[in-house]
Amino acid sequence: MEYETIAAISTPMGEGAISIVRLSGSKAIDIADRLYRGKASLKDVKTHTIHYGKMIDPKTDETIEEVMVSVMRGPKTFTREDVVEINCHGGLVSVNRVLELVLEVGAVLAEPGEFTKRAFLNGRIDLSQAEAVMDLIRAKTDRAMNVAMGQMEGRLSRLIQSLRQTLLEIIAQVEVNIDYPEYDAEEMTNRMLKEKAGYVQNKIKDLLTTAKQGKILREGLSTVIIGRPNVGKSSLLNNLIHENKAIVTDIPGTTRDVIEEYVNIRGVPLKLIDTAGIRETEDIVERMGVERSRQVLNKADLILLLLNYNEELQPEDIQLFEAIQGMDAIIVVNKTDLERKISLDKVRTLAGQSKVITTSLLKEEGIDELEEAVRDLFFEQGIESQDMTYVSNSRHISLLNQASHAIGDAISSIDDGMPVDMAQIDIRRTWEILGEIIGDTVSDSLIDQLFSQFCLGK
Amino acid sequence: MTTTYLAGQYDVIVVGAGHAGVEAGLASARMGAETLVLTINLDAIAFMPCNPSVGGPAKGVVVREIDALGGEMGRNIDKTHIQMRMLNTGKGPAVRALRAQADKFDYQHEMKRTLENTEHLTVRQGMVERLIVVDGVCKGVITNTNAEYRAKSVVLTTGTYLRGKIIIGELSYQSGPNNMQASVELSDHLKELGFDIVRFKTGTPPRVNGKTIDYSKTEIQPGDDEPRAFSYETTTFITEQIPCWLTYTSPETHDIINSNLSRSPMYSGMIEGTGPRYCPSIEDKIVRFNDKPRHQLFLEPEGKNTEEVYVQGLSTSLPEEIQRKILMSIPGLEASKMMRPGYAIEYDAIVPTQLWPTLETKKIKGLFTAGQINGTSGYEEAAGQGIMGGINAACKALGKEPVILDRSQAYIGVLIDDLVTKGTNEPYRLLTSRAEYRLLLRHDNADLRLTEIGHDLGLISEERYQAFKNKKAIIAEEKSRLASVMIKPTEDIQALLKERGAGALKESVTAEHFLKRPEMHYEDIAQITPPEQPLSAEAAEQVEIQIKYDGYIAKQLLQVEKMQRMESKKIPEDLDYFAINGLATEAKQKLSVVRPLSVGQASRVSGVNPSDISILLVYLEQGKLAKIAES
Repeated sequence: MEYETIAAISTPMGEGAISIVRLSGSKAIDIADRLYRGKASLKDVKTHTIHYGKMIDPKTDETIEEVMVSVMRGPKTFTREDVVEINCHGGLVSVNRVLELVLEVGAVLAEPGEFTKRAFLNGRIDLSQAEAVMDLIRAKTDRAMNVAMGQMEGRLSRLIQSLRQTLLEIIAQVEVNIDYPEYDAEEMTNRMLKEKAGYVQNKIKDLLTTAKQGKILREGLSTVIIGRPNVGKSSLLNNLIHENKAIVTDIPGTTRDVIEEYVNIRGVPLKLIDTAGIRETEDIVERMGVERSRQVLNKADLILLLLNYNEELQPEDIQLFEAIQGMDAIIVVNKTDLERKISLDKVRTLAGQSKVITTSLLKEEGIDELEEAVRDLFFEQGIESQDMTYVSNSRHISLLNQASHAIGDAISSIDDGMPVDMAQIDIRRTWEILGEIIGDTVSDSLIDQLFSQFCLGK
Repeated sequence: MTTTYLAGQYDVIVVGAGHAGVEAGLASARMGAETLVLTINLDAIAFMPCNPSVGGPAKGVVVREIDALGGEMGRNIDKTHIQMRMLNTGKGPAVRALRAQADKFDYQHEMKRTLENTEHLTVRQGMVERLIVVDGVCKGVITNTNAEYRAKSVVLTTGTYLRGKIIIGELSYQSGPNNMQASVELSDHLKELGFDIVRFKTGTPPRVNGKTIDYSKTEIQPGDDEPRAFSYETTTFITEQIPCWLTYTSPETHDIINSNLSRSPMYSGMIEGTGPRYCPSIEDKIVRFNDKPRHQLFLEPEGKNTEEVYVQGLSTSLPEEIQRKILMSIPGLEASKMMRPGYAIEYDAIVPTQLWPTLETKKIKGLFTAGQINGTSGYEEAAGQGIMGGINAACKALGKEPVILDRSQAYIGVLIDDLVTKGTNEPYRLLTSRAEYRLLLRHDNADLRLTEIGHDLGLISEERYQAFKNKKAIIAEEKSRLASVMIKPTEDIQALLKERGAGALKESVTAEHFLKRPEMHYEDIAQITPPEQPLSAEAAEQVEIQIKYDGYIAKQLLQVEKMQRMESKKIPEDLDYFAINGLATEAKQKLSVVRPLSVGQASRVSGVNPSDISILLVYLEQGKLAKIAES
């Protein structure tokens, strides 16, 4: 087959019970099989059958999702190509993660209308439907474009344009050295190139990480609950889970028996991680020391630190405060149903910027406050989740990742002692990829830049 | 109209004998087609009206490509240069380029002699004024002396002769380059035939007498010590070289120009043609880059037997009087005597989107155009089109399949694809950045890319072809040997690595792996583990480049594969784009003009976006389905 294997989420985005990641193309089965763990390899199963198994991240061997996978070999499929459908049991988080993995191991994100287009190109749809297909492509593309344009106006678009301009100036300078070797332009050295490429790389990384809002919606905030023994960590956990009718992803069979549970708190998806660990190792700091635990905790997006209302602050509590310094945290003083022995003033001093909430988990008091605090912490900059259109968003992220790889390749070329014009290949590629994000791929602008930046002639 | 007489019958007629015309004529004749080359002035065969030089980045690779296809430019400059330099040696192999300073008179004489001695080739002086066109097919040409020549195909290579006009200050007159006769009737005739004509402009600097230059105030620019050649056939090398010299404009130069801008035809509105950005006149440079304190000027001798020196960088159309003042303001040229003034020249060109990628015009079958008439500038660009135009004109006449080079095969392919797909609104110059697969289009591998094609066409001798196949085999053999030979971390090896500032070897590696280290070269490997027979320098270079840049080359090949998938989807010549409902209006218009031959080419037409391409694919498939349904 002559096309690349494409993938996309084929069910409407939202809280549907099941979401499907669909792949189509000659490598569809191969790609799915690389992520799939089940009774048999998907390569060996009969066509038009469905299989239970798990999706794993091949890099870490981590289980991502329990799935049902349909394998349908061409030509008796919608697109007449091999088609694999991965049924995930819901939620943005897991289905997105599966899509990401599929894209990582070799599929490309389907363009709007592409499955239908392929169905047509492979002769699946008859003549009378041809016009309709073309209308569909036009309509879907226009809509996707409109959405993309909507997002592109504003900060992201300006940022990308300025990065492209920076890249273009680098490229033009390298090109002028190549095409006009005797011209008295400043020679772009490897060191200068690396410096400039590094700047762009950082900016792209920033873009990817400051897309935190997107990440919150896509993956959930990794949240860790810490505190001394018997302050109510398990109660808090259970409370959050039960109150919010959470999607619980129980993942047995992994080495450490980790439990990840997703809860949706006032629109903020929390991923409560390593909770089993918390249950067992009550005194994380004592066991690992402040520095180590800081490293562990640093990976979390949100920390809920529990204190006992009924006890004075203990040295271990102080250590915990030290461990979470500078991180996004909420301090929960629990057990207000008992007598107050803790100094709330002291707690507030230690808490600094972090919000302090008092609760009685036993009497289910203060939980609303806690949930509001969580929401405020992440949505106070006025994130409007309806603006995060999924299709274009994942397209942008995927392109930004590609751009980040490309500029990374350029930098490693420089580090490997390759000549400037070799690194240039990847720098130019970065420029092109960023152009795809904002829908500008006209390569003539390089020639324009060259002749406006340098005075060349015979 | 006076009556004409039948003056001859040929397979192919080439109009013009500049750099495009000579390659077209030679290729056609060497393919066995009876070929006539007509030129306004027999003394102007392969004349260099501007820089006395050949090659440079991108352009030099084109010369190698012409040579690999069996063309003449490389061989001719190898015989007639006064110095050669390899440029960009400090950079990667993709951008290395050879440039030669030509003895412009020797170059012409040598080329004329080659034409005169080529079988099936007739060279004749004559000015073509009309084409014989019957039912949209070109059948021959008619000259101003009423000679009628018949042919199966005709190649026009009119250069700057086509309604040429020279401008020097307030003076302007009809003229081809360097006061040759201009060709006016033919341009009017092309308009009558319905071609879209544009007016372009270029220019040339003044020449001075070298005896009056004080070279002590300039910097010497010698040729390379190492013998160099463009042609893969060249075995004897010119050893005696003549240097060039570098000087700069002075603040006084800038003052003179600034205070005389009103007398520049560029600014007085006298020039209507579009000039190229990449070779602006000195007045243009000073106006546009007024913060640049000085501009480089290279003093290039025009030959061994002349004192005339070309002042590269000083292209101008200012009045002669001002030109003399400018020269006197330049260090080293204070006492110089100007021999000829610089001038601007305007000329007619056809809009190149009127051509198929074979360089045949869409309007008139059997009519081909090549060189400056297609909107390019530069001898190499002209020659590259010339050879392809000649090949395809001969193919047409001989009933063979046409030859189209794609963007991953040759700079010539990039050049022609750009012209016929995107058109150009200024004289087009090749730049390495125009090629998306630069790493594949190298100076060193032109033979590997194109010799087969040249040989298939009959343009490469059997002897040369055998040598080529032999070289290819040696490269393959040595590469596979290096993939298996192990290099151990011996003391000698570690010492060598340390000497080169490279990290020590931890364990045994293949020689191939070892060569990938940036500090190591093939010659090191050949010392550590010599092959049975030492490799030629060219073969060794190939082995080194192919191994060292393997990862990058593989990446580009992957991109090429993608492109070729789209390239292989053919579009019928007569497709009615306005009948395709989903296409955007702009795409309909642009595609109707360009009429791309493949979906790949369609995707490069400006103003055509990816959804238009999707729709086009669907539409084409619909056509196929309809055919199946009918049958």
